[in-house]
Amino acid sequence: MKKVLMGSHAVAEAVRRARVEVISAYPITPQTVIVEKLAEMVERGELKAKYVRVESEHSALAVVYGSSASGARVFTATSSHGLLYMYEMLWWVANSRLPVVMAVATRAIGPPWNIHTDHIDALTIRDAGWIIGFAESVQEAFDMTLQAYKVAEDRRVLLPVMVALDGFIISHTSEPVVMPEEKEVAEWLPPREPLPFRLEPGKPFAVGNLGPDSVTMELRWNSWRAAERAKSVIQEVSVEYEKRFSTGTPTGLVEKYKVDGAKYLAISTGAWSGDVKEAVDALREEGYEVGLARLRYMRPFPREELQELLSSVKAAVVLDRSVSIGHMGILGSEVKSIAGRTPVKDVIAGLGGVDVSYEDFASILKGAVEEHEAGLSSEWNVAEWHMPWVT
Amino acid sequence: MSVKYLPSDLNKEAEEDLRKIREKLLSLPAPGASGPTGSWRLYRPEISAAKCVKCGICWLYCPEDVISWVPRELPKIDYTYCKGCGLCANVCPVKAIDMVVEGE
Repeated sequence: MKKVLMGSHAVAEAVRRARVEVISAYPITPQTVIVEKLAEMVERGELKAKYVRVESEHSALAVVYGSSASGARVFTATSSHGLLYMYEMLWWVANSRLPVVMAVATRAIGPPWNIHTDHIDALTIRDAGWIIGFAESVQEAFDMTLQAYKVAEDRRVLLPVMVALDGFIISHTSEPVVMPEEKEVAEWLPPREPLPFRLEPGKPFAVGNLGPDSVTMELRWNSWRAAERAKSVIQEVSVEYEKRFSTGTPTGLVEKYKVDGAKYLAISTGAWSGDVKEAVDALREEGYEVGLARLRYMRPFPREELQELLSSVKAAVVLDRSVSIGHMGILGSEVKSIAGRTPVKDVIAGLGGVDVSYEDFASILKGAVEEHEAGLSSEWNVAEWHMPWVT
Repeated sequence: MSVKYLPSDLNKEAEEDLRKIREKLLSLPAPGASGPTGSWRLYRPEISAAKCVKCGICWLYCPEDVISWVPRELPKIDYTYCKGCGLCANVCPVKAIDMVVEGE
């Protein structure tokens, strides 16, 4: 089935096809459209789920946490301040190893109030034990949401998954989407097995009672190993999905765009990667040997694949829609941590939804190539802020 | 390009992981599931048999459920788990419970 849908509706369609049993959410722009659509589906009886209305995001995640602990397949969604309000529960969910799936329509964090995209909200949960995917297109938001259930519920993983889609740029933009029929999805994604445990009436137990300190450390090591295993599972699930449903979305943790023979590598994630590809095309025509590594997942971090790509180029440029105040861009510092001797330039741009065009990307990439060739890449230890309107 | 991820035997490790979650993250309801919390106590509640009117208010209020009481009998405190919060002494209508410094 091929339809023109906005990203939010595509995510809702994926949730419906996953036959989710409990949904709880609190509205916040730009996420609202996702859960409005799901409320309609439940109301019409198209989705046999319990939709629980709550007074806050903290409660929304608490509801799906408890439901997931009782073996249900669950969904929630939020953005920005809503995600921050969930913060405590995000860690409870991950440290309890429950396969919760959440969509985050990314949005800047205030003040000032701003409803447009950057990646800082999603990356505030970088260390919480969630798998974090970033979609580039409406199609990928759909695919990633469906795949999220298969990955999260895999007994080799058992970690929650966050699917980030850039607010408005994906959530409110309509694109053609290829969607498998419900029956086909049901064959591929069976009902959830109640793992790692199941709470039910008459068989009480506590999750996470006080214990020896060593237990905390051992369980964190377990989560860490599960995230390492998730790399293989994401690879496997996305390849299998593409083989069955042929939606055309790249598979694995990293999309490699024109990296063959590239001497310079752009690295980005999320919706604007489409514009980076335009810039790569334009530069290739001008004779620049540039390619793009687009991270489909930030957690688990695609350490091995990036190391392999970085080892074969002269230098790399991270196009970073985030910043850690006091250091550099978040993606930039992640990439630098595994880059070895390859110089990496971190360029912070597009915060608060500031528009960055493919011409901007082309000039950023060209500038980096020129700096490296002039022997100036040793000065790339501080991030560059791309703000052409400030003189 | 195929990238090898760690570790090699995903299934074996995952089963160990699952077993450990169940063993270490979950606990069945049991007296003192968090250990002998009485060791945290700085002040020990002591009920004076002479003053106590056997009303059961302390039993009702104890947040840790460590006071046992049968109507018209003297309540008993389980010192293995009593943390010494002093709530019982506070609510006692006849001030029959003294908080005594531990070790004295």
